[in-house]
Amino acid sequence: MATDWQSGRRRIVITGIGAVSAFGVGHDALWQGLCTGESRLGPIHAFDASGLRSNLAGELPEGFSARDFVPKSYRKGVKVMARDIELAVAAALCAVQHAGWMTPAIDAEAPPTYPPNRVGCQIGAGLIAPELPELASAFVTAAEGKHFSYEQWGEVGMNNLTPLWMLKYLPNMLACHVTILHNAQGPSNTITCAEASGVLSIGESMRVIERGDADAAIAGGVESKVNPTWLLRLDLMKRLAHTDGHSTGANLVRPYDPKAPGTLVGEGGGILALEEAQAALNRGASPVAALLGFGAGHEPQGFDRSPTGAGLAGAIRAALRDANCQAQEIDAILPQACGCPASDGAELEALRAVFGPRLSQIPLVTLAPNLGDLGAGAGAMAVAVGATCLREQALPARIHHGSPESGLLVGPSASETRTLNKVLVCTGSIGGQCGALILARAA
Amino acid sequence: MSNASVGADARTRGRRRIVMTGMGWVTPLGGDVDTVWERLVAGASAIGLITRFQAETFPTNFGAEVKQFDLNEHGPFAELAGLPDETTGRSARFALAAAARAMQQAGLGAPGAAPTAGIDPERMGVYLGAGEGTPDFDACTATCLEAWSGEHRTLDMHVWAQQAYARMEQTKELEQEPYLPVTQIARHFGARGPSFNCMTACAASTQSVGEAVEIIRRDDADIMIAGGSHTMLHPFGMTGFIRLTAMSKRRDAPATAARPFDQTRDGFVMGEGAGVVILEELSHALARGAKPLVEVVGYGSSADAYRITDIQPEGLGAIAAMRSALAQAGIDPAAVGEDGRPLVHYISAHGTGTKENDAIETKAVRGVFGDNASRVPFSSVKSMLGHLIQAAGAVELMTCVQAIRTGFLPPTMNLHNPDPACDLDYVPNRARDMRDANGASRVHVAMSNGFGFGGQNDTLVIRRFDA
Repeated sequence: MATDWQSGRRRIVITGIGAVSAFGVGHDALWQGLCTGESRLGPIHAFDASGLRSNLAGELPEGFSARDFVPKSYRKGVKVMARDIELAVAAALCAVQHAGWMTPAIDAEAPPTYPPNRVGCQIGAGLIAPELPELASAFVTAAEGKHFSYEQWGEVGMNNLTPLWMLKYLPNMLACHVTILHNAQGPSNTITCAEASGVLSIGESMRVIERGDADAAIAGGVESKVNPTWLLRLDLMKRLAHTDGHSTGANLVRPYDPKAPGTLVGEGGGILALEEAQAALNRGASPVAALLGFGAGHEPQGFDRSPTGAGLAGAIRAALRDANCQAQEIDAILPQACGCPASDGAELEALRAVFGPRLSQIPLVTLAPNLGDLGAGAGAMAVAVGATCLREQALPARIHHGSPESGLLVGPSASETRTLNKVLVCTGSIGGQCGALILARAA
Repeated sequence: MSNASVGADARTRGRRRIVMTGMGWVTPLGGDVDTVWERLVAGASAIGLITRFQAETFPTNFGAEVKQFDLNEHGPFAELAGLPDETTGRSARFALAAAARAMQQAGLGAPGAAPTAGIDPERMGVYLGAGEGTPDFDACTATCLEAWSGEHRTLDMHVWAQQAYARMEQTKELEQEPYLPVTQIARHFGARGPSFNCMTACAASTQSVGEAVEIIRRDDADIMIAGGSHTMLHPFGMTGFIRLTAMSKRRDAPATAARPFDQTRDGFVMGEGAGVVILEELSHALARGAKPLVEVVGYGSSADAYRITDIQPEGLGAIAAMRSALAQAGIDPAAVGEDGRPLVHYISAHGTGTKENDAIETKAVRGVFGDNASRVPFSSVKSMLGHLIQAAGAVELMTCVQAIRTGFLPPTMNLHNPDPACDLDYVPNRARDMRDANGASRVHVAMSNGFGFGGQNDTLVIRRFDA
């Protein structure tokens, strides 16, 4: 459906990558970790998870503090950041540093690289789980024994929550803190479509720059599912592997294995610095990769029936059309591949429908066995890794301890150098929203 | 480096025109578009004491509840209609009901029916700004209290897990997911195109409509089902806003507690509901014989990048969003038309009734319209409906459509004490008849503002449809 927008189309490049994951903060730590083929799925440290049936996760290494990623003047702001927000703030700073942008968070005095109103911010997020000890210590002030009293809660109990309590947990606070820290005053959005959030956010960001509403953007997705509420919720939704007797999750998370027991949670995600290609060139930036095409679609069956993969296939085809590229040109795929047989199966149907028999020759880079399911952070993390693959002309090691369906290049295999011109990142989601991005080697 | 003027060029090049072909809502004043509109024009209040949970002792114990809501009235959702709210989510049910009315008006069929002939499901998407669903407050308090260790003054997480497995339910947990209304709409109406949900607080469904328009403009879809739904009339929602001191505490006079722009205003009043509109590329709509209600001509989005709690005091973010939307619409806010009037005939205010919002929004409208500002009627239906949070933007956009279609401007009720900081024409206390001698509407262009906590700002501009 060629229309006039194609003639004067503005192109978008990735110039900075910020990644936060169980390998730590920064994309170097991530890439090195992935190349060694290490899984970081281990026992949870943040709280006593012994009562949960799934209690291995991909947690950030201990010692992370968001205070290290904000200017001194903003340290008070960290008090109103839930974990998801803290991780987003760290990832955004890394992306902006990597791109070599000047923003107030880097240097409050220096002139900014872009006028503030030309910088957008699209960061996908999940529902942020409340910190239970904080809530519980307020609830007990409105209880008679174990019985909660609404009457007392209204009279006194709720006053024991800090006035800004709710702001710690609003999903748009990831983007809001990031816009404040980097003075990004352009269009800003918070997309909340579970695992598809990151890819959809980066796609929307791309469109915002393409249509001229911004020249640069901070875009991606971040979430932490390493908390009791999410572990419980996902277990009730039958998404999680039960971990009895296991001390590492590497052999539990098994993408495309029909007998896989489910996934394990992780935390983190990716945030990218995006720029209009000519603007990046003019300032002498060296792009990590180009964003060539984006497509979105919806899986018609949705969350509680068997998905068919039609929605994801539609999204991938739309992205290929948008990139003006053929399926044969895709050199590697970074799918969601979380290890839940139902969604993995649908994903495979979609990939088979688009790529046909050639699928067996395309490496599938899966990150869940290393990092766990990052929720809203997953797709953006895959974009961060895919862009790095294109820059390094290499694939990381791929770990797999199960029996994937035959004819798939999912590993196990060591890291390898490889000619990569275009890669596909695609994710479906538990609610049916699907997104796909085509990334290309920087010119 | 490119600049704003390049942006404006890129946005108008080869433009596809987008019209609205259907709309539906669920509001505290009812679910039928015309009935609710009559009530708004009459200045009715939907605000009363909260009945959905025990809120008697809450500092704010009132709100605008959707009452006697029956999904059956809105379409044959056979598999859902008989189920209680808790199994599908109150917010998702509001969204489905609003979507059913909107799809019916657009001539796009009923829920569950085969897709309308000639409609390509992959070219029909959904973009909502739906809020999170209703949290399971009782399970949350019970699990926490059972697991509380008085001795250690903290939670025993092992006990908590045992309690949580026993008390938390899959459906109630799933219901909280914000994408669920999108999932439900896509399923029941067979949409397989681009599908998104955004959460930019009170700006969400202004933004979702704006981004949906851009998706069609970009040729990524022909039809978008867009809008928002939300309810925060639950203990967590009320607690959160009470602690932020954002809500009115006028317990002695709930019906008149929402007082946007009045000097005695003391915060917003919580509402709930949904608004869904059908957006469609013009030639697509005309080819299938659909009747455009209005054309969507401008969308602007910005971030304050100021503070998480406060609005930028000069309203710079709001000004940027309004200016961007007007620029896209090709409207000069300083100009007047042949009839001597400013080119925007009505603004639906964000107008929450908080001290801060109303004064700064007034300042921002002045900043955009200059000397014209006092001549542009500017009212807040939140004075009657309460604040529908993430659903507010779409519902208020629909009031703009109704103003254009009927020629009446809804009033800002409860505005009796002028505030020197709020000195524009808020259409106080009585609807305004803007029809000419022949009874034709003189409201041709209207604008709707949505500003979110955290500083995300969005503005939409719509115009009477002229072929």
